[in-house]
Amino acid sequence: IVCDVTSQQPGSGSCYANGLQRGFHSQASNGGCNTFNSSGNCSGGTSNVEHFRYLHTDDVEANGSSPAKRCRLRRRVESLKRNRPPFPWFGMDIGGTLVKLVYFEPKDITAEEEQEEVENLKSIRRYLTSNTAYGKTGVRDVHLELKNLTMCGRTGNLHFIRFPTQAMHRFIQMGSDKNFSSLHTTLCATGGGAYKFENDFRTMADLELLKLDELDCLIHGLLYVDSVSFNGHPQCYYFENPSDTQNSVKTPCSLADPFPMLLVNIGSGVSILAVYSKDDYKRVTGTSLGGGTFLGLCCLLTGCETFEEALDMASRGDSSNVDKLVKDIYGGDYERFSLQGSAVASSFGHMMSKEKRDSISKEDLARAMLVTITNNIGSIARMCAVNEKIERVVFVGNFLRINTVSTKLLAYAMDFWSKGQLKALFLEHEGYFGAVGALLELLKSSEEP
Amino acid sequence: AMWGGQSSSGCAGHSMDKSITLPPDEIFRNLENAKRFAIDIGGSLTKLAYYSTVQHKVAKVRSFDHTAKTEGDPLYEISMQEEVSARLHFIKFENAYIETCLDFIKDHLVNTDTKVIKATGGGAHKFKDLIEKKLKLRVDKEDEMTCLIKGCNFVLRNITHEAFVYAKHADSEFRFQNTHPDIFPYLLINIGSGVSIFKVESEDTFERVGGSSIGGGTFWGLGALLTKTKRFDELLQLASKGQHTNVDMLVKDIYGGSYGSLGLTGDLIASSFGKSATPDKEFSKEDMAKSLLHMISNDIGQLACLYARLHNLTRVYFGGFFIRGHPVTMHTITYSINFFTKGEVQALFLRHEGYLGTIGAFLKGAEEDNPNQYSWGENYAGSSGLMSTSPDLNPMQRARSGTFDMLEMDRLERQLVNLPLLQDPSSYIPDTVDLSEDALAREYWLYCFEEALDGVVKRAVASQPDLPEAAERAEKFRHKYQHKLQTLRHQPFAYGSLTVRSLLDTREHCLNEFNFPDPYSKIKQGENDLALKYFQKAVKSLGELSWEQRQFALVRGLLAGNVFDWGAKAVSDVLESDPEFGFEHAKLQLEERPWLVDAYDQWLKRLKGPPHKCALFFVDNSGIDIILGVFPFVRELLCRGTEVVLASNSSPALNDVTNSELQILTERIAAMDLVIQSAVKEDRLTLVQSGSSSPCLDLSRLDKVLAGVVRERHVDLVIIEGMGRAIHTNYYAILSCESLKMAVIKNSWLADRLGGKLFSVVFKYEVPPGHKTTTLDHVPVTPS
Repeated sequence: IVCDVTSQQPGSGSCYANGLQRGFHSQASNGGCNTFNSSGNCSGGTSNVEHFRYLHTDDVEANGSSPAKRCRLRRRVESLKRNRPPFPWFGMDIGGTLVKLVYFEPKDITAEEEQEEVENLKSIRRYLTSNTAYGKTGVRDVHLELKNLTMCGRTGNLHFIRFPTQAMHRFIQMGSDKNFSSLHTTLCATGGGAYKFENDFRTMADLELLKLDELDCLIHGLLYVDSVSFNGHPQCYYFENPSDTQNSVKTPCSLADPFPMLLVNIGSGVSILAVYSKDDYKRVTGTSLGGGTFLGLCCLLTGCETFEEALDMASRGDSSNVDKLVKDIYGGDYERFSLQGSAVASSFGHMMSKEKRDSISKEDLARAMLVTITNNIGSIARMCAVNEKIERVVFVGNFLRINTVSTKLLAYAMDFWSKGQLKALFLEHEGYFGAVGALLELLKSSEEP
Repeated sequence: AMWGGQSSSGCAGHSMDKSITLPPDEIFRNLENAKRFAIDIGGSLTKLAYYSTVQHKVAKVRSFDHTAKTEGDPLYEISMQEEVSARLHFIKFENAYIETCLDFIKDHLVNTDTKVIKATGGGAHKFKDLIEKKLKLRVDKEDEMTCLIKGCNFVLRNITHEAFVYAKHADSEFRFQNTHPDIFPYLLINIGSGVSIFKVESEDTFERVGGSSIGGGTFWGLGALLTKTKRFDELLQLASKGQHTNVDMLVKDIYGGSYGSLGLTGDLIASSFGKSATPDKEFSKEDMAKSLLHMISNDIGQLACLYARLHNLTRVYFGGFFIRGHPVTMHTITYSINFFTKGEVQALFLRHEGYLGTIGAFLKGAEEDNPNQYSWGENYAGSSGLMSTSPDLNPMQRARSGTFDMLEMDRLERQLVNLPLLQDPSSYIPDTVDLSEDALAREYWLYCFEEALDGVVKRAVASQPDLPEAAERAEKFRHKYQHKLQTLRHQPFAYGSLTVRSLLDTREHCLNEFNFPDPYSKIKQGENDLALKYFQKAVKSLGELSWEQRQFALVRGLLAGNVFDWGAKAVSDVLESDPEFGFEHAKLQLEERPWLVDAYDQWLKRLKGPPHKCALFFVDNSGIDIILGVFPFVRELLCRGTEVVLASNSSPALNDVTNSELQILTERIAAMDLVIQSAVKEDRLTLVQSGSSSPCLDLSRLDKVLAGVVRERHVDLVIIEGMGRAIHTNYYAILSCESLKMAVIKNSWLADRLGGKLFSVVFKYEVPPGHKTTTLDHVPVTPS
């Protein structure tokens, strides 16, 4: 219960209660960054202590803290400005399939700064912001860009870029070619690749990674992105009328008071976390049947090459030609156990028959694959929610990108199997929270005394 | 007639597999008396069930009128009588033989007035017309899942060692579970084409709590698409040869090592098929099949764990065609369950999993007979046992060789329950040594039983001198038992844990099968006759001893009596010539104190304390053992004021005294001994059946009446006598009252193992911890 003031353990939950005396990690950074936060934002109204970090300093100061404390805080803010990390500001999440990169482009560069700015930094900025595609496989998700954001006292735009992990070596090579190491920036990286490629960064590009835990980053990034709003719109949405997937409607909502939540992160694989506060969470379970499985099996079954291609095929397919439904076995509903005839009894069950295998279309296979994986995730998530007694289930991860089939299906599954008890929530920035979390660590780490 | 010879009855012989060489009367046995039918037609296998009556010989003893008895006449007469008992037959065969089998059944069904056949399973619909046409029975469909659960309850309750844990790399792949006295609640996970999860709380209360569409059909369907392999078995075969790490993305593929902070090891699968999302790489069929198998098994295991946790259940049984004895899937499911529950929940599998549906359907049809009011027992002679799962065997071959698999269950005369005095019924294991785990012991005992076979055959023939075909039957018995021993040598797990008890029981079942109900009847008769003549003399000489000398003489007498066992060649010769001398001779053979296990001093001390309320005595051999060993001992107990309940076998096994024999003996002894006489009259000496017909003793399957007597009489001392009951079984049994376990070790191998020698003595006197009525040194001794 007692928070040891001298210990520098970052972010142990109890420290928050201890007010502002503590060293950098919990309080000072909160106050600090908040001072420069963008506009008064959507989380402003919450009194949640974990949201503290993103509140206006004014709020904190108005909170009746003593003049001495206020003074201390101001001093720290000043020092923060001086200790701001040098540009460029990156946050990177190197997953099993995709690398997610967030880049903060300062828009408030003074003439003085502009002059001081070294050439290769400028060129990086120009390269990233003037293109939307990088090489053959890199993509900037322009529609996700967060505009006019204030981070650590600087105002600018946050860019969201992704490329396949397979291209990681080319990326490192580029870092080397552009002499990235001369910028003396800290490259904050999370995801498994931060560990896997650490040595390659070092030897190929003379870069040291600051490795960060992916689940910490995920949660911190998610809470941050939600708090700053999506260019004035809510980050979060759900489906109205989820029981009818044909007509369910995407509806924006607020993630205010988000705890506890079950956070289901669907990347190549799936991690399921029970999150009770910003720093109090546990990984409940995970499954290896995730986005990687969908894409991997789709590639094998249909010869497709990309996620987009697979999703496109799936959108045109009919899974009931592939799956055995309850009615295929029982002729209708299985009344004894109140199972609807339209429920899937056996995924790919029809494929046991040679005739059906010979007549099936690739689109149907892709659709069945998508439905199988999605339903399975939904089923596991639902069980976890029940076991953990959490009613709010937040689905994130790049599997959900441009994938309304899955989001609607998950919304349906949560609602149907829980008889309306559980609510599925989604976030616009799906797969980028880890990278944002990594960037937040960069801004935090530079404040280390 | 052989299978091939069926064409005369209009059956198409060409559809039959050449490998079927079993004569049909060894498959559809007792068909002529079949009464009720049920059938479960699955995707590839058909399971047929019928109830039939079996007529077989039993040995009956009947006391002569003693008033007219002349010197030299035997004490009682033995007669062979025909008796009818009930048996359940279950046969499993490939769907391809369905028509042939139906034809055969039609031709052999003579004594039935059945109009209906209960049917379940996905294929029941498909074959409905065929069955109705061929058998002229109305097909009455039953819900598949309900049947499954009914069947599961039935096997869990009635078949010992039904459930097992699978351990691929252990010395014995199968670790059989004790039959828990209360089988509920449990979770049953049926992995058919999809997955259904049932929570079963009582015989009639169960609920489908969940399920998944990712099941056996997904493995089969996706597997067929990926590998162009059609058969389920072949897919499993492919999977067993593959390397999933070529296809799956592991934690180490992402992290370069483990994800330490979460305790996720590098070898963990992060994303199934995560490596196959690349257009420019080929993957082998084996690797893809393996990856698919892992994916599906892990997923099911995970779901099972989530449901087990939600419903707070630890007993989780798996069934369905995905499992059905396939070592590959049992292994992956087991692995997954261990992983997700960190070992808190064990995956349990069932020996007769494939029969659950048909057993359930049968029970539905037999509800009016209320089969659940009886106890049933697996007949080892008529059941195929669990197939070998050796990975060396081609799964195709496995499936074929098991073309006709059989299970037979006998309806037991008595309803069987736990001995109420078991300290912890759920952890009680009757058998001392599990031969499936002890290769050396297994070798020895299998050899031993094989060696003894000649003698058993001889004895069997000799027991039926008036029946000329006895020799022929005895040879059939020899063949059958030899075959069973062969099977057990290769598949020690065939009938659950292999034990000396199961070897003995299998022999009894085989003897009964060929109508040798009691090969020792004559010997027992002669021995009883002889021993009775010396009873009074023995009692008299005991009476002349001081109290303390007598107590020791009684124990020695009991032990010496136990030396007389027809299994022990060393003494059988003397026995035949001069029993009195033999008895004295046996005493000399006994090990001198201190015995191998010697708690005599404690026992003597206890005897100096207050008498026991009531002693339950599980007796062993007939003749000298029971008459000159047990009865004097019992007489002393009665004199002390202790009531005695003598428990003996319900039906014959070796030369063990049966309940009906013991009744005659007790009558005769009562006629010449006043102590016994008054005890019988006053109901202080009672005879009960054990419900068993084994030379060993399973305290968890005893006659319900016995259990009632134990409760009513407040039994506070249990005496177990003989090698079979006190050493091969129950040596480690913990009772909630005082117990005496006494035996002479008449097998030099076993003696050696226990650190003793031939005729070493085990005298175990045990008092449960915290027991109060133990020795009271200060109580004045009042020897008679």
